[in-house]
This record gives sequence, structure tokens and C-alpha cells, in this order.
Amino acid sequence: MKNYIPVIGLEIHVELNTKSGMFCQCANGMHEAEPNSQVCPVCLGLPGALPVPNKKAMEWTIKIGKALNCIISKHTKFDRKHYSYPDLPKGYQISQYDEPIALTGYLEFGKNHGTYKNEEKKFRIHRVHLEEDTGKLIHTGDDTRIDFNRSGVPLAEIVTEPDFSSSSDVKMFLEELHTIIRYLDVSEADLEKGTMRMEPNISVRVVESEKLKAESQSTDFKLPNYKVEVKNINSFNFVKRAIDFEVARHIELLEKGETPVQETRGWNSEKGITYSQRTKEGAHDYRYFPEPDIPPFTFTEQYIEGITKTISELPKAKMDRFISKLGLRDLDAYIISREKSTSDFFELVLAEVKKENSESNIAQKVASAFINKRISPSDTPKKSAEKFIKMVKPIETDSDALEEAVKMIISANKKAVTEYKSGKVTVIMFLVGQVMREMKGKADASAVRKALEEKIRA
Amino acid sequence: MVLGKTITEIRNLLKTKKISREEVFSFFIKRIEKYNPNINAFLTTLRKPESIVSDGLLSGIPLAVKDNFCTKGIRTTASAKVLDNFIPPYESTTTSRLKLAGYELLGKTNMDAWAHGSSTETSDYGPTKNPWDTSRSPGGSSGGTAAAVSAYLAPAGIGSETAGSIRQPASWSGVVGLKPTYGRVSRYGVIAMGSSLDCPGPITRSVEDAAIILQAIAGKDPHDATSASVPVEDYVLKMKEKKTYTIGIAQEYFEGLDEDIKKSLEEAIKIFEKMGFKTKKISLLSPQYSISVYTIIQRAEVMSNLARYDGIRYGNPRSFFGSEAKRRGMLGTYTLSYGYYDAFFKKAQKVRTLIINDFKRVFKDVDFIIGTPTPITALKLGEFEKYSFFGELMDKFNEPAAMSGIPAISLPTGLDRNDLPMSIHLMANYFRESDLLNASYQFEKETDFMGVIKKGIANLK
Repeated sequence: MKNYIPVIGLEIHVELNTKSGMFCQCANGMHEAEPNSQVCPVCLGLPGALPVPNKKAMEWTIKIGKALNCIISKHTKFDRKHYSYPDLPKGYQISQYDEPIALTGYLEFGKNHGTYKNEEKKFRIHRVHLEEDTGKLIHTGDDTRIDFNRSGVPLAEIVTEPDFSSSSDVKMFLEELHTIIRYLDVSEADLEKGTMRMEPNISVRVVESEKLKAESQSTDFKLPNYKVEVKNINSFNFVKRAIDFEVARHIELLEKGETPVQETRGWNSEKGITYSQRTKEGAHDYRYFPEPDIPPFTFTEQYIEGITKTISELPKAKMDRFISKLGLRDLDAYIISREKSTSDFFELVLAEVKKENSESNIAQKVASAFINKRISPSDTPKKSAEKFIKMVKPIETDSDALEEAVKMIISANKKAVTEYKSGKVTVIMFLVGQVMREMKGKADASAVRKALEEKIRA
Repeated sequence: MVLGKTITEIRNLLKTKKISREEVFSFFIKRIEKYNPNINAFLTTLRKPESIVSDGLLSGIPLAVKDNFCTKGIRTTASAKVLDNFIPPYESTTTSRLKLAGYELLGKTNMDAWAHGSSTETSDYGPTKNPWDTSRSPGGSSGGTAAAVSAYLAPAGIGSETAGSIRQPASWSGVVGLKPTYGRVSRYGVIAMGSSLDCPGPITRSVEDAAIILQAIAGKDPHDATSASVPVEDYVLKMKEKKTYTIGIAQEYFEGLDEDIKKSLEEAIKIFEKMGFKTKKISLLSPQYSISVYTIIQRAEVMSNLARYDGIRYGNPRSFFGSEAKRRGMLGTYTLSYGYYDAFFKKAQKVRTLIINDFKRVFKDVDFIIGTPTPITALKLGEFEKYSFFGELMDKFNEPAAMSGIPAISLPTGLDRNDLPMSIHLMANYFRESDLLNASYQFEKETDFMGVIKKGIANLK
């Protein structure tokens, strides 16, 4: 019997939200601006205009590389990648070919990563490089218009190895990557706005049954002789569904003895299907050569070190610390560590709470309150801590008033008291409720119960 | 009063109020009106002076600017019909700096289309003619500027080089042409040809004028990442210090020269010796290698730089490209194609490094290397078409300096048997423009080359 293992690699584009463009001084992040209002000779590719690289964008790409455990290249350069498309004003894109900023990294996942129940996993990063974004084509009826506002926006491209064999691993990876990018504060990484774009490359390999176990662990296998790239997917769920759709489609073809066509496909989220966009006749010939307008770069150890230092604790490290040092439940630690602002706030509130409350499991209690939205980040940490302490503190009970109320309720509910005495102990809850009502809730329920039981038995 | 005067001389006339800047400007416009229909040096001319800078280095001085420099609001075509209606919305750094120095833009000059050529014949607006003999080419690609300066339709002008496009037309038109170090002058706003080679520079009637213009346009530019932050010197001041230098003589740069040119070159060496300069025999890589390397690298960059003219913008479709641009684009595409990169482009880059190292080695022993910018004097119009790599062969002695990015100057020496101007060529180490100008200035004083330059106007019809 034949077995099929999906082979999936990812290309992820992230628009960096630097103040200015990749190679010009145009304001960046102006997606909503009037078309072609944020342009200059450089990003319009006018004759004679020259690119001057944005140092910040290079630093941020180094940051991304470091966060993905990559080796940062000491020598790096830009290259021209030639292809013809109306949204590409120079007829080439300034990108990086054989000396990308970052190489050979990985992301690791533990057994219980959020709701993903997995064995420990590691996915390799092939490279991270920097390039410029293109303009945008706007199709209106028979017309196609070009908006160059996006042209020249810094774009970091992250390429993984084909290490994924399931769509849920892909989703887990992408969610984690998204979280990391947001932590690094280098991009909005907004899927809807397209500031983070994901393209899975999918194929399926055939493995004999007896080798299935060994093969499914391996990363050193022969790649299938085709791959399908799916574009225009703007949610993690859709990536998962597109992969599932493709894998099923490939298996069906392979079963019939056919090889799926090497092509680029689009994703139709309404129908939940992919569709053919264009077939690739072998590899594209981009005629790469070193960008003569930008001299190559040499990074010193100190420079890279300095940038590395600006990276604060990353989400997985934070999650692990929450579990090991604070004793949070795995899932809670995962949830709280998803947004840097949330986790920072959580830790500030916890620090405040700890000043007043030294219970051993106080961190978990604060975490639960957080997750159940009983602590709101709209307050200051101090205020939130005060609210929380009040919430978990036992309610002070006026013992005289309690005495009065208990007496009154016992005499008013003789039947219930008799039932209790005859062994129907659950009736006590009814009596507790009555006393609480009498005291308008200003009593601790367990104290009420204790007083009632003592009085009845007396 | 103005005829034949250098920038320095016109500046003095303006300073002493012997003439107004309007009079200077209209003097040249009148000459252009009279002679340009025949010479075809200018594609666009301006009507009146516009500068508001009254105390700049070039205040009131009208200059001719090659038509590949973007001039805001003024048509810029690079002599290519693809850009027939292109009016740049921005100004090149070179012309911006000239504006700051108070210059007056007289007009935009003809060139080989996209600067592809050495004769100004590939221009989509017709060839420029050599003022010394209008049946001949002024050289190229900055032929329009060279002819304008030679015919005194402008006192001086701006050209640009990729490999020889300033020095060769300066030589054939009998004027001074300076190619600065790559990165000394910003390329921002110059319609790119070979980006790793392109280099703006002056074409003038005296060494001092070249120094003045270089002073105005040199320097680091935040818009050009390849521009150098090496400090700009006071070239005019440094030029006039009395210095002696060592001149290197490489046999490789004497091969295949026309007899008259060879004689005049040998004479020039004697003059330098008489001036107290030392000479030294050296050996360099054959300039032949530079031709191969240059052809591969430049074609690749041309293919890339022309990719933006895709017919969607700038008005005219790709069918407007001339055959030279098409030829170059195809060769560039070929050498960069998948599987060919290592055999061509990468290898060419390695040889380019060898050429650079070869110069660095020699410049430990000598200050300059002497030669001639071209092996022959101006050719008849039409002769270029007979050879597909004619420009490359013609520019054989210019290409090593372009490939390595070192500065070089072309200086008139005399006339050959056909009364056509000849030149010598000096190359110097990186950023040694002030020394290059110093030696050239001394040579100019010692010889009668100003006389040679002046003869050019006398011939004019």
C-alpha cells in the first residue's frame, strides 16, 4: 500500500513599518492615503533616480533573523531581480539573492503549544532577506490602475525549509511567527491589510508502508518533482484549508498515476477551493546580478551584537518561564504570552498583587482573572491589582448581624430545619441562601454555613 | 568680446561689469541659432538666464548639459525617442549643484541614444557634427556637449562617461575632458547606462575651467549611495601649486596608435620631462582585457536599466528603441541568463578586480599613466556602422580607467595631417583629481594647446 506524506515549505512576506521607505524618504505605512500621493522619483523608478538603503529596515531584518535563530551574514548585498509586471516600476525588484541578511535558523515547539497537542517539533528557516514591495494594481471594470504608494515599502521575506508535513503544524508555525514579529515591533503584520502575506509551497511524496515511520521523521528526503504555490491567502485558517485542499487534490492525482502540474494557484475563500493562476515553465529566469547602485555591506560583530541586545524576551521563552517559574497552566501561559502588551501588563499586575498577597498559587489566580477578562488593561496595573485583591479577599461578616439573621431564618423555616436534622443535608444550601438574602449579600457564604450548622446542631 | 573666452575670463568680464549676464547668455543663444542647425549639438535651448545666485562659483556662466541629466520641468530625452516627451519632475544632483553655484542652463545637448555609442550617431535626433570638419563625428556619447564647447556655442559643458564618453569626444573635438573618480560626482538624476561605471564630468576649453566645474559638482550626495565622502579639495588653488610628478609609460598603451598621434604623444612626454617631471617605464595589463570585461558588465547593466521603459509610462512603446539599445539589451540578457552568469558576469567581475589591483600596484611607483584617449582622430560620419563593437575598440584606452573607476583627463596637443585635433590622456590614482589637474595645468601653460582649441572656432561655417 502507498502512503502519502505532504511536503510543505513557506514563504512569508512581512512589510516593515519603518518611518520611511526601503530606498527613499517617502512616508511608510500610508496604506489608506490617496493613490500615488506617497511617491517620489526613487519609488516611481524614474529615469536617473537611485536607491539609498534604509538602515533601520536592515537592522529590523537582522532582528527577525536573530529571533528565528538564524546566522547573520557578515557580508550582505542587494541584487536586482528582473521581471516585467506593471506594478514593478523599474522592471526589476531590488532584493537579495545569494547573500541574504540571515541564513539557516529554526523555530522550536514544545509538546503542548497552546491547543496544539504535539510531540516536540523543530522547523528550519532557510533564509530571511530584505527587498522592496511593489505597487498595487487596482482593477475597476475594464480599467486597471496602478497605485505606487506601496512601491518601495521595506519587505522582509522569510523562507522556511520544506519541513512541514501537516497543515496544523503550518498553522501553529505561522501563528508563532506572527506573534514573534508583533513582539519585535517591526511590522503591524496585519493579514487583512496584507502587511503579512503567506505563500505555502505544497507537494506530496509517496512512501512505502514499511518505511513510513522512518521517513516521516526525516528531513533528508528527495523532494517531489513538482510543487504548487498558493497565493492570496489572508488568514491562518485559510492557509490550513488551502493546504488540506491541495494535499487531497495531489493525492487523488497521484493515485491515478499522474503528477500534479507545477503551478501557482489562488485561494477562493468563499468556495474553499484553490484555482490555477499560472503555470511555471521550470524556474523563472530572474537574471539576478549585484545591485550596482548600492555598495555591499560588512557588519561587525559589535553591530550585530548591539541589535541583538534590543530584542526582548520572545513569546516562547516567556511562555516557558510562565510555566516553570510562575507555575501557570500550559494553556494559560500560552494565551497570556500571545501579545507582548498583555503579558507585560499581566506581569505588572502580578507584581502589585504580590506586594499584598503571598499565596503560592497567586500567579495562576491572576492569570485566570486575566483570561476570564476580570482584569481590564484599561486600568493602571496598580488599580487592576487592587480590584483583583478585593475580588479574591474573603468578605468580612458582621457577626452580630449574622447571629440575628441565622436566628430569624431558623425560626421562619422550621420545616427545612427538621429535614436537615433528619439527614437531608443538602437543604442547608437553601438556608444559606436565605441568610445571605437577609444580609443583602454582605456575608461570607462559608461563614454563614458554619453559623447555621452550629446553631441547628446546638 | 566674449568669443573664445574661458569661464575664468567671462567671470572677470562679469565681475568688472564689462558685460551683463543677459548679454553673455544672448551671445551664446545667437551663436546657437546660427550654427546649431548645422552642428546639431543642442536638442533643447533655453530663452533667458534664470539664476538668482549672484555670488556663486559659476554665476552668470551659461553651460551646455548633456541630455541625460534630469532637469526639472525641462525635457530630458537621453536622445532616445522612447523619452521624447519626458519632462522630469526632479533635478539631477549635478545640475542642482550647478544651480547653487549660479550657472545658467543654456540647453540640453545631443548624445548617442541612452549614451550607447562613441559617435553621437545613434541619437534618435540625428548625429552631431564635428565643428572641425562637419563631415566627421565629434565622438560620443557626449558629442553634443563636446561639439558645443568646441564650436563655442557654450563656454563649457557637462558630459558623462561610462567608458570614454567624455574623454573621447573631447579629444576628437579638440577640447579638455575630465572623467573624475567614480563616486566623486553624484549620479543621482543621470539617466543610467552602466551604473557601476557612469560618471559625470566637465568638458571645457581650459584646465582651470574643468577644475572650477568639478569644484561645483563634486562631493558626497545623500541621494547616491555610491558617492564618496572623501573631502572635496580646492582644485583651482591646488592646481596652481608648483609640483613635479612621476609619469608612468606603459608599452601596452602605445600599441596600434596612428603615426601622428604616436609622435605627438612622444613629444608630450618630452615636454613633461623638460618641465622637470620624472618618467618611468611600467607594465600594465593589456587594455584589451578591459574591452571584454566592460562589454559584459555594461551590457548587463544596460539590460537592467532599460527594463523600466516598458511602454506603460513615458509615452512611447518599446518599438521606439533603436537597434543599438536592442543589441545591448539582448547581449545583457544573454550573459545574465540562468547558467551563464558564472561564465560571463562573475568572471568579468573577477577580471575587473584584477584590473583594479593592477592599477593600485602601479600607482605605488608613479603618479600618472600617460597615453592617448583614442588611437585615431575623428572619423567620418557613417564609418561606425561598419563595425558592431567599434565604440569598444575606439575606447580601448579609455576603458581601463572606467573599469577601475580612477580619474583621467584628455588634453589637446595639436593637429594631425588632416588638421584634426589630437590629445594625450593622463590617468591618476583614486581621488587624485587635484594632482591630475595640477599636472594638466602645467602642461597647458607649457604648450600651445589653448591655441589649438581656438583654431576650432575659426573653421566654423
